[in-house]
Amino acid sequence: MGKRVLVIEDEPNIIEAINFILSRDGWSVDTHSNGHDAVDVVLAKAPNLVILDVMLPGRSGYDILKDLRAHPQTAQLPVLMLTARGQNKDRDMAQRLGASRFMTKPFSNAEVLEALRSLVPQ
Amino acid sequence: MPQGQLTGTRIREKRIAKRVRQADLALRVGISASYLNLIEHNKRRIGGKLLVAIAAELGAEPAALSEGAEAALISSLRAARVAFKGSSADLERTEEFAGRFPGWADVLARAHDRVGQLEHTVETLTDRLTHDPHLAATLHDVISMVTAIRSTAGILAETRGLEPEWRDRFHRNINEDAERLAQRSQALVAYLDGAGESTADVAAPQDELDSFLAALDWHVPALEGLKPKDVAQDIIAQILAQAQPLQSEAGRFLAREWLQSYALEAAELPLQQVQDWVQDNAPDPVQLAAHFGVSVPVAMRRLAALPEAQAGPHGAMGMVSCDASGTLVFRKPLEGFALPRFGAACPLWPLFAALSQPHVPLRRLVRQVGRDAQQFWAFALAAPATSVGYNTPPIFQAHMLLVPALSQAEQNAKAQDMGVSCRICPASRCAVRREPSILADGF
Repeated sequence: MGKRVLVIEDEPNIIEAINFILSRDGWSVDTHSNGHDAVDVVLAKAPNLVILDVMLPGRSGYDILKDLRAHPQTAQLPVLMLTARGQNKDRDMAQRLGASRFMTKPFSNAEVLEALRSLVPQ
Repeated sequence: MPQGQLTGTRIREKRIAKRVRQADLALRVGISASYLNLIEHNKRRIGGKLLVAIAAELGAEPAALSEGAEAALISSLRAARVAFKGSSADLERTEEFAGRFPGWADVLARAHDRVGQLEHTVETLTDRLTHDPHLAATLHDVISMVTAIRSTAGILAETRGLEPEWRDRFHRNINEDAERLAQRSQALVAYLDGAGESTADVAAPQDELDSFLAALDWHVPALEGLKPKDVAQDIIAQILAQAQPLQSEAGRFLAREWLQSYALEAAELPLQQVQDWVQDNAPDPVQLAAHFGVSVPVAMRRLAALPEAQAGPHGAMGMVSCDASGTLVFRKPLEGFALPRFGAACPLWPLFAALSQPHVPLRRLVRQVGRDAQQFWAFALAAPATSVGYNTPPIFQAHMLLVPALSQAEQNAKAQDMGVSCRICPASRCAVRREPSILADGF
């Protein structure tokens, strides 16, 4: 399976750091930083995996995830959700909407790599 | 059984409550006792003139007998029953219960409604992040910056042979994020503990009162110069009916009390007189009180009620009051002197010094550490909040009026340093610090 990941996150230095570590791990990385047209970008880029922040300008990550799951092209797409809140109800919400995994900020680089490798086994 | 068919039950309950014999009631309304008995056991329908006559004899409204308990009451009772799934109470007999025991039904309905309000309040207060979008967004930004710093630091520490250009770039990123994090953290602390309007839907009653007063700009023109004074209650009722920030009974109670005090003090010392006075005199509450023959706390509140445009050369004034426990019960914020939104204030405030010297007015030049270094005159006094009685020590409230120091000499004079609240105070050495500061001590 290919290793193309789309990172949807509005914090530029998080994008840069994730881009660096994933690229070094052999991933091809695309990034996008607002929620308005995130679903369209996912459909256009057709990544193997999406890293999706919950709080985005324009649209919440939960709404984007809901739309991805409703679309036949992305219904099974692995999605790693990132959030600043780690309460059970946030995990439950992400799980209910179909997130493949849920990670709370701040996370370590090793955690991100482990999560991606488990979601898209090579 | 439909509501209308319980009229007989209600008539019977009302008659028994009034200790009227069945035969006597029947005689008075011109029917036989046996017919009344059939009515009371819902075997005969009743309406029209007979219902009106019976209602008149029993001192009740005909509608109360025929239509039964209010629809809202029935609805609350049904909701209460549904909320307790394991209960054996028969839902079908809700109306009969309400009709037979209206007092207890009312208690149960009110208790259920109250539980719902309290549950909402607890949920709101314990989950502020969900109910306060500004707080949620700000915290998200802070944690995102921490994440960026952590990831970037991890790359710098763990990547062997990192190219110099990447190293420089990541060092720059960390520096940027650290600076933004510091600014965001301070803004967050200021939002949580600083002066300003409360825009959250979260409603501790005191929060609602603060929002209500902020919306009024702490003065009520409609309550100034009223004659006769009885009109004040109608005006207060109108104000409360339209007050958006007041969502709870407790909030409305506090607001009503504040408005009623305001009306009394407006009659005692009209704002126009205060406005005229401050044009030619320094806003000194002790002098104002002596001039107009009012108490110093009243003078303080009247000065604080002046809108900025009418407050004379010194401009708008701030005010804060506390009860004997030191809990802030009134806040009128002032730019440059932050008031804590939650928790206890700085113990160095003259407000609290006044509590230990009741009836002795204090006047000090003060400044908040870490702020813009603007200086203020703080006038403080503790006065009884309860009426004087023999052998009964009064309970005191303390009040502190804040007036911007105007002249350059006042701004340059030595002022007493104090904070907002210990948790966010940057003062490095303070003999009365209550807890470590996140700013000074790194906690």
